[in-house]
Amino acid sequence: MADTKEVTTPIKEVDRVTIRFAGDSGDGIQLSGSQFTLATARLGNDLSTLPDFPAEIRAPAGTLPGVSSFQISFSENPIFTPGDQPDVLVVMNPAALKVNLKDLTDGGIIVANANTFVPANFKKAGYDSNPLEDGSLKAYRVIPLPITELNARALADAPLTKKEIDRSKNFFALGVVYWLFDRPVESTVEWVQDKFKRRPEIAKANVTSLKTGYNYALTTEVFTSHYRVRKADMEPGEYRNITGTEATALGLVAAARLADKPLFYGSYPITPASDILHELAKFKQFDVRTFQAEDEIAAVCATIGASYAGAVAITGTSGPGLALKAEAIGLAVMTELPIVIINVQRAGPSTGMPTKTEQGDLAMAFNGRHGESPVAILAASSPSDCFTMAMEAVRIAVQHMTPLILLTDGYLVNGAEPWRLPDVEELSRIRITQDADPETFQPYGRDPETLARPWVTPGHPGLEHRIGGLEKAEGSGVVSHDPLNHERMVGLRAEKIARIAHDIPELEVEGERSGDILVLGWGSTYGAIISACRQMRTEGVRVSNAQLRYLNPFPRNLGNILSRFKLVLVPELNLGQLRDILAARYPGNRYMGLNKVQGQPFKIGEIRAKLEEILETGVMV
Amino acid sequence: MATISETTPAPSLTRQDFISDQEVRWCPGCGDYAVLAQMQKILPQVGVARENFVFVSGIGCSSRFPYYMNTYGFHSIHGRGTAVATGIKCANPNLSVWVVTGDGDGLSIGGNHMLHTLRRNVDVKVLLFNNRIYGLTKGQASPTSEHGKHTKSTPVGSIENPINPVSFAISAEATFVARTVATETKHMASVLRRAADHRGAAFVEIYQNCNIFNDGTFEDVTARDVKSDRLVVLEHGKPLVFGKNSNLAVRLHNLHMEVGPLDAPSNGSHLIVHDERASDPTLAHILGNMRWPDYPECIGVFRDVRKPTYDELLLGQIDQAQSAKGAGSLQDLIHSGDTWTIE
Repeated sequence: MADTKEVTTPIKEVDRVTIRFAGDSGDGIQLSGSQFTLATARLGNDLSTLPDFPAEIRAPAGTLPGVSSFQISFSENPIFTPGDQPDVLVVMNPAALKVNLKDLTDGGIIVANANTFVPANFKKAGYDSNPLEDGSLKAYRVIPLPITELNARALADAPLTKKEIDRSKNFFALGVVYWLFDRPVESTVEWVQDKFKRRPEIAKANVTSLKTGYNYALTTEVFTSHYRVRKADMEPGEYRNITGTEATALGLVAAARLADKPLFYGSYPITPASDILHELAKFKQFDVRTFQAEDEIAAVCATIGASYAGAVAITGTSGPGLALKAEAIGLAVMTELPIVIINVQRAGPSTGMPTKTEQGDLAMAFNGRHGESPVAILAASSPSDCFTMAMEAVRIAVQHMTPLILLTDGYLVNGAEPWRLPDVEELSRIRITQDADPETFQPYGRDPETLARPWVTPGHPGLEHRIGGLEKAEGSGVVSHDPLNHERMVGLRAEKIARIAHDIPELEVEGERSGDILVLGWGSTYGAIISACRQMRTEGVRVSNAQLRYLNPFPRNLGNILSRFKLVLVPELNLGQLRDILAARYPGNRYMGLNKVQGQPFKIGEIRAKLEEILETGVMV
Repeated sequence: MATISETTPAPSLTRQDFISDQEVRWCPGCGDYAVLAQMQKILPQVGVARENFVFVSGIGCSSRFPYYMNTYGFHSIHGRGTAVATGIKCANPNLSVWVVTGDGDGLSIGGNHMLHTLRRNVDVKVLLFNNRIYGLTKGQASPTSEHGKHTKSTPVGSIENPINPVSFAISAEATFVARTVATETKHMASVLRRAADHRGAAFVEIYQNCNIFNDGTFEDVTARDVKSDRLVVLEHGKPLVFGKNSNLAVRLHNLHMEVGPLDAPSNGSHLIVHDERASDPTLAHILGNMRWPDYPECIGVFRDVRKPTYDELLLGQIDQAQSAKGAGSLQDLIHSGDTWTIE
């Protein structure tokens, strides 16, 4: 910092802080959030972030549907969620306050751009009077700052238009927040200088705004105290902040490279899965062949064709798209070709709430095809875990010759967290056996261990053969309507999936390995579940937790784990789809659901509240 | 990129090499037999190794075709053959990929994929066996069935207007569009051969009889005793002259065709010299739309133009990225962006 004035405001140590930035989409909210994230990451805090975009692309300025937000939670301890409730709300207009106030913690801080709190904006946001002045915010600490005005004054001499000057006001606000949480501004200064190196006057203005905001907060004592969050004890290594979408794309690129094959990605635009297509389309130098199909069905069918011809072949979609792909996935089951179908789940049914998260497609992943058509199913548990599970999805699909559904969701793909970067040298190669002797080749011959058939692709002389959706004779693969052959083949296809259990890790339990309560989640509920259970264990509660990432087949020790607990609590963002499967598959255990379908992820507090209720009501007796 | 076909010379092959061990199970008298025989006859001449041919199909009588070809084959699901073929071509552009489809498979349930495969100019050859009926499902009206047609699903006559496959393909700007007749074996062989040599999306409509559910459907124009007066065989660079005694001609008058004696006075119309390489498909479209009894019907190649194919462009972008940035380093990719180190 240029200014080295003695800090007189007391500094308070806190262990975790959650901040939400909110404003119009034109207010640079996502940018402020990502810059704050980078500065925080470099300080060594653990963190987790979640943006919230309006469903409308360009809702009118100042209106409620136009509000965009970005939430970051950071801590000196390991954290797994972007925080239940913000402690600080930074709002750039009345609409942003209106939309987000309900989430703010009692006694939380509101930093508001007071210049936007004018009658015209009150009307758009549905306020009758100025909420900053009418006493309605008594439960909070309100810091109204004339940000637009202060920023314009700081840049009075800048060679910029008024519009350009106003556009940098988010940096002023960011500077204020940097001071409030004792973050250095350097990472953002560097970023701005690089980003605007062709417009040095803009770069200079943004840096001036940032530093002026910081110094304003420092010198004016508008805040009675400011806060420090100490470094977290994180594993040494190189890190980057990564979203679930980026991690998914990188995992796919890595897997194709490790399998030594081109990557084909066939997809039709759908929220929130489209971002995977956008991300992969950037990686052409990695021989990534993206295909924007005419519809969901073409996307999966082209993926099947690409797999048949020897690519690592992936299709990505969200719920309604998975429904459309069902028939073709059945074809991949019958032809025993490896494809990965990524389903970024969103709130359904039908168009539902496209930008909101849900876990409503587990039952469809298990059963959403006609006939006996089992597929392998995985689910990622955190944004960075999408990297691992995308690689696992490819590995299992190609080594076991099966379609595989990888479930993520809107919360995971948009959320971000620090990712400790793997050393590429340490990633295992994906071995593929394609050897076939023309003398003995059987298109539906099977590996005795995995039951996988050989992946023989066109272009190999002497191995010409035909596959298709009609039932195949065991071994030869010629069309067969023989009743007993059909029964054998149905059994073989099921057994092939079941045997994947030998090739996946066992389920790990955190906490005691047996006891009263096991909280068992799947996929993206990991963060809320582990946070709640860890908190309660430190308070002396006997509760264990485990998270399923391998759903079909289940880990081989799952049945045993379930039987060691008196009660299995299954939190899901649906009405109990996993719970029903567990109750059918592993009867004799006591299951209880915790179900939420609001388009929002679980809060830590919601899991805790359920556990407290169980303990208080004596259900366990 | 797989380079198998580039390293494998095509050995001298015969028709026999392309006959699979599967018993052909079409109805006796079905037009499909003739297409299969001509295909097996021309493939040895194409100069592609047998292992580099892939036949893809959807569902329907015609879609059993891949089982009878001793090549790589993929019998997919209803209407999706073109989509599967697109994926195959993206993964391995060196393959010669053929899609065998029918009027229901290709233009009803698979109409969307057909449109996009053609307009993208994916290098696949599409053979559309048009018998103007659903055969495998036992006799319902298809999208090419005539208005008023009596079928099991239209007992008092179809109330729909038929689609013209050639017109559809030209509108989609397929780079190769042709029509032939299953009973005209020599003509069919020459059209198939031309399709095989074309680079880009090739669309071939084959008039074909279903002697069980729609017997004689093209008889009006293809019957031995009438065909020379009702079929115009298109030949590049030649005027559209036809008839038993080559005494009839197709003339263009404003935006319509006129048919009359070759020696009739011009009267504002002019004789057409067929140009299959015209970049503007308008004339090809008008020729494709000529329908008996208003007009004789054209067979042969309507359009044959060379444009970059989807797979060439797809791989071209990858080559370009690799020459500009080098084949990507996974380590660098993972370690890109804003990173920081925890000691």
